[in-house]
Amino acid sequence: MGAEGGPAAGEWEAVIGMEVHAQLSTRSKMFCGCTTDYIGAPPNSTVCEVCLGMPGVLPVANAKAVEQVVRTALALECEISRHTKFDRKNYFYPDLPKGYQISQYDMPMARSGRLSLGDREIRITRVHLEEDTGRLVHAGDALETASESLVDLNRSGMPLMEIVSEPDLRSAEEARDYAVELRGILRAVGASEADMEKGQLRAEANVSVRPRGSQELGVKTELKNINSFRALHRAVAYEIERQVRELEGGGRVVQETRGWSESEQRTFSQRSKEFAQDYRYFPEPDLPPLELRPDWVERLRASLPELPGELRSRLAEQYALSAFDVEQLSQESATARLFEQTVAAGAPPKQAANWIIGNAPTLDAQRLAELIGLVVAGTINREQGVRVLEEAQASGRAPGAVVRELGLAQVSDEAQLGVVVERVIAENPRAAADFRSGKQQALGALLAGVKEATGGSANMRLAAELLRHRLIQ
Amino acid sequence: MELLEDRLGVIEREEPRIHAFLRLSEELARAQAEEADRRFSSDAQVGPLTGIPVAIKDVLCVEDVETTAGSQILRGFRPPYESTAVARLRAQGAVFLGMTNCDEFAMGSSTENSGYFPTRNPHDPSRVPGGSSGGSAAAVAAGEAVFGLGTDTGGSIRQPAALCGVVGMKPTYGRVSRYGLIAFASSLDQIGPFTRTVDDAALVLQAIAGWDRRDATSVDRPVDMLSSLERGVEGLRLGLPREYFEAEGMEPGVRAAVERAVLTLERAGAELVDVRLPHTDYGLAAYYIIAPAEASSNLARFDGVRYGARAESAGNLLETYLQTRRGGFGPEVRRRIMLGTYALSAGYYDAYYLKAQKVRTLIAQDFERAFESCDAIVSATSPVVAFPIGAKVADPLAMYVCDVLTLGGNLAGLPGVSIPCGTSEGLPVGLQVLAPQWADGMALRVARAYEAASNGS
Repeated sequence: MGAEGGPAAGEWEAVIGMEVHAQLSTRSKMFCGCTTDYIGAPPNSTVCEVCLGMPGVLPVANAKAVEQVVRTALALECEISRHTKFDRKNYFYPDLPKGYQISQYDMPMARSGRLSLGDREIRITRVHLEEDTGRLVHAGDALETASESLVDLNRSGMPLMEIVSEPDLRSAEEARDYAVELRGILRAVGASEADMEKGQLRAEANVSVRPRGSQELGVKTELKNINSFRALHRAVAYEIERQVRELEGGGRVVQETRGWSESEQRTFSQRSKEFAQDYRYFPEPDLPPLELRPDWVERLRASLPELPGELRSRLAEQYALSAFDVEQLSQESATARLFEQTVAAGAPPKQAANWIIGNAPTLDAQRLAELIGLVVAGTINREQGVRVLEEAQASGRAPGAVVRELGLAQVSDEAQLGVVVERVIAENPRAAADFRSGKQQALGALLAGVKEATGGSANMRLAAELLRHRLIQ
Repeated sequence: MELLEDRLGVIEREEPRIHAFLRLSEELARAQAEEADRRFSSDAQVGPLTGIPVAIKDVLCVEDVETTAGSQILRGFRPPYESTAVARLRAQGAVFLGMTNCDEFAMGSSTENSGYFPTRNPHDPSRVPGGSSGGSAAAVAAGEAVFGLGTDTGGSIRQPAALCGVVGMKPTYGRVSRYGLIAFASSLDQIGPFTRTVDDAALVLQAIAGWDRRDATSVDRPVDMLSSLERGVEGLRLGLPREYFEAEGMEPGVRAAVERAVLTLERAGAELVDVRLPHTDYGLAAYYIIAPAEASSNLARFDGVRYGARAESAGNLLETYLQTRRGGFGPEVRRRIMLGTYALSAGYYDAYYLKAQKVRTLIAQDFERAFESCDAIVSATSPVVAFPIGAKVADPLAMYVCDVLTLGGNLAGLPGVSIPCGTSEGLPVGLQVLAPQWADGMALRVARAYEAASNGS
């Protein structure tokens, strides 16, 4: 499309589809008995003849991995295939020991699911199971120019699930939110630890832009090398901007793979996709086709835990929490669990939410509830509460004991506090006058005086009451 | 130990003439023979194969023994693991004489495609032993080994057995674990025995067969090769497929020998019935698409990165791949890799690979229908007797036709036995007995009945 007659700036719409790979949480690799605990292991130490692709060896599918794919697919409301099979994807690369990757081509384990982002629904195209490749370490930038390249096959044969979405995402924010939500689902069903920094979750975004209102898809680029949610957001945002700039300048978008450079904060061309590689897929003859029996699938469905979306609705309804609180509490299942247990132990929901979101406590729910109880009852004030929390966490003692030991109970005695209030008013005649003339803010300065005079131990609510009473008289 | 020394004597005498072995493992064999002697003298557990010398085809990984699939690309490769079939023989106390010659990666019908040297037929050293398991067949025929292991993808056990005048059996697909078998075509490959008698073939198969957790295509079914072996053919219906008797290139002498054998079986009480295998003509084409397609993928791992030969002079990755594979693979292997790569390519997959798989289904259905009216099918194993070395080297298609009567059994996954049935032009002819899937015992039973009847006559 030329610049002339093209849409004006801001009239472009981004179209984004995601391909997410997640390493599955199994004890052994996808097709052999090797441990999956390879991070930090010496190179080529968590390997056997099968994942090394030695002559004559055969794969045996890991049933646990199949189960985790089906659980994930159920959580994504997919249709589970009754009949599924593995296929070989053939290509040469030193990190691929057999010269083919065992993957799934035309009969994936699941299709046609969806993932909700707020009121938006992102369609899931397919979910399939495959094996991971090894890793290359280059003495230099890239395989082609390196003086030496080393192959580490510890990762070879790790179980890997690929989740492909339809191009339903419309912004960099949505792309990131999609990945975050997916991580939450993977963790909730226990399919993957899904840590992006550890490479357990790898997101690739297919990005194109088109004039707003158009139904046609533009030429897309595929973004790789994305190692965090932030990088995902930035890479997609950069790429949208780049493509719009390209088109508005009268150029065109080339179909290609582009890498995200964290240091330069930009995408760069890696590989042209105009000549698509022919992977010569064919059914893996070493593995019989699988039948996923409906009764087994239904048992898995029944055993699914509460999913992040369900958790959010429930937290909002059951505890009358704000959207912000719900969002913060539901990001990690451990956080949500601590919240619910703290409430169950007697803390008011709003207070419990504030303490957990604001202070990320490591106390158990019983002690956290005890601490919140001390603040709510007025035994200590909020700031003292924070000190007690820190002390309780550091020492491992109960909050009540910490309050006693540190003598932290706040001054709630009216007579004792009254004396302080009198003194503060006397010392701050200007603020007192301001308040009397109607300036409510002036009370803050006086309260600060009370706080200072009591070393922070004053019951501030009582202090405010006494100040008002005294000043209005 | 005596048995071993006997065989080593025969090997010393015969090897310069036939070249059946690529490598002998004398040291290992002596240690195993000593261990077998200890077992016999100490009431320890002994089996029918304890102390028995075996020749192993070079495609079956033997732990810490150089195993090369007859290829230069694996020269020096000593697997740190063992194929399941070999491990089961080892556990039984068999004695490993060494690795036998074969066509490179089992691709061929004459053992001339070996990356090392051709093997010669013990009946006439100017002729081929058949292939691809020609080394094991020749070793058993020459008496160098009491039994041999081979692999059969399109006839690679049965055809050399026929040409060398020994018993050879390809079991039902899934009967013997393929773990540690350096794959040619995964959906067709099966491991099986070469022996002098049908009884021995049954004993060896009994020892190596059975489910293996390391091969997902092996099947958990009871293994009983022995109990029906001697029941004879009285009352059995034997199918004679017209397509197999009128096959292209069938030598009259071979046909005559097979027809005599069929009459022998009839005299022994079998009922002869005509059966049809109408899709036979398409089998060869389907086979030569499916097998190379799988091979092109199976052989991708020989890239010089981790083991075997590597072209050290290459300047970059692509050159390393090209030079390693060009230098390491022989012409037939390269031809099949190219055929298979082409057949799987985008735009050709449907016309070739997918079509071939449909033909494969039709061929399997042909057999199913034929077995509705018979208990086993008998025919020649090979349409020709052993041919002179070099006779078909320049014409791959003439070589491929050697498999026309055997490859149907692989496409349909059936058990098949080849048993010697006389001679033509002074050279051995093989009678093939095919049985329904999992009826390995039936194939052996018919072969055993022929053996008994022909010895008696």
